[in-house]
Amino acid sequence: MSDIASRVKKIIIDKLGVDEAEVTPEASFTNDLGADSLDTVELIMEFEKEFNISIPDEQAETITTVGQAVVYLEEHVK
Amino acid sequence: MQPRRVVVTGLGALTPLGNTVADYWHGLTNGVSGADFIKQFDASKFKTRFACELKNFDPTNYLDKKEARKMDPFTQTAVISADQAILDAKIDATKINADRVGVIWGTGVGGMINYSNELKEFYTGDGTPRFSPFLITRLITDIAAGSISIRHGFRGPNFSVASACASATNAIIEAMYNIRYGKADMIVTGGSENVINEPCVGGFNAMKALSERNDDPKTASRPFDLDRDGFVMGEGAGALVLESLDHALERGAKIYAELAGGAATADAYHITAPHPEGLGARNVMSQALLDAGMQASDIDYINVHGTSTPLGDIAEIKAVQHVFGEYAYQMNISSTKSMTGHLLGAAGAVESIAVIMSIIDGIVPPTINHFTDDPALDPRLNFTFNTAQHREVRAGLSNTFGFGGHNASVIFKKFVP
Repeated sequence: MSDIASRVKKIIIDKLGVDEAEVTPEASFTNDLGADSLDTVELIMEFEKEFNISIPDEQAETITTVGQAVVYLEEHVK
Repeated sequence: MQPRRVVVTGLGALTPLGNTVADYWHGLTNGVSGADFIKQFDASKFKTRFACELKNFDPTNYLDKKEARKMDPFTQTAVISADQAILDAKIDATKINADRVGVIWGTGVGGMINYSNELKEFYTGDGTPRFSPFLITRLITDIAAGSISIRHGFRGPNFSVASACASATNAIIEAMYNIRYGKADMIVTGGSENVINEPCVGGFNAMKALSERNDDPKTASRPFDLDRDGFVMGEGAGALVLESLDHALERGAKIYAELAGGAATADAYHITAPHPEGLGARNVMSQALLDAGMQASDIDYINVHGTSTPLGDIAEIKAVQHVFGEYAYQMNISSTKSMTGHLLGAAGAVESIAVIMSIIDGIVPPTINHFTDDPALDPRLNFTFNTAQHREVRAGLSNTFGFGGHNASVIFKKFVP
């Protein structure tokens, strides 16, 4: 697992209070990990803080699974 | 409609003396001080370095971690104490009409802890706004009442009440009115406050409200003692399930006591100083007696506001003597803040519970830390100094007063069908 992937996983486990095993690349924040709309906003915000980037809203809306978050961050984090 | 009688059928408490009603009451009747040096932040540069904090309190022992994280501590303690009271009242969710069950909750400040941290992060950052989507819902005072209703599905009247340190008492009075006049059958009420952080301790210090007895925290809260030098901050929550008598009898609930009446007034005098003659306090006790249809001589115990401030304690006792006259010498008076510290917006809830327990057990909890009489106070009054006293308590009154000049009193009496 890349460094980015493990940091993303850690944030998700912490913020959504889920088990590590549940945080698979395919897992959807809302459908599989029990997040509501506010939780999802918070996750994006935590990614921004952790990786010191800004994720525009229209991009943020396309990040709905663990894998999508990792791919986006790997592409955008310098 | 005929006003309905209101009874207490469930209790819950998280206090500096213990995290259940039983532990709280055990601490109170044994004269235990809840004060110690502040653990929640580094207070080494503060004028006051101690407070009455909750002990061994971990919200995740009671709440799901994810749930707990979305709440500021005042909402956590609200929800947990309410859970205790609801469990205690043995409410069967399938047998009640949830549309007729409300939540009315008091807090003086609201969710200050997370808010302060987020402000600090923003103002020390580069100006990029990265506020949590839970910033607002952790802050707002009504969220405790909202959270309790969401957790239990209670769809009756639901709001918060704020009158600084009188908040919980005002909440209890509003709950009583709603039941008395038929707007609800049952209401979960009380108050919570958890604001032992840098701005709140610093702010109270700046107004010279807090005791600065850092060399002896456990004796710092000493209401009515000559050498009292301010209040000691406390934190926690108290919850009461109030219910119409008919509703309680119908479902076979155990009844702790009857909430006989209450009243609210203002000093209309100063933002922090009490009226020197205790005018608002006098009026509120008189009106509470009137509301309850009781005489002064029906009251056996007053749990006074008695915060251990030089001015406040004197003004309140002047008011007590004005209302109760010669009979005042026959009552027990005590300030349980000598043990719990001042729970601010939650004070009226935990102190109402103290009155209710005194009625049930026939024990008046003491005013601890009495060393030297204050010549400004009438020595014929019984302040229940240092040790609990056994006596029958037919009825007890609880006073709370808040910055802004708010006064609120409630009277509980032994339940007699």
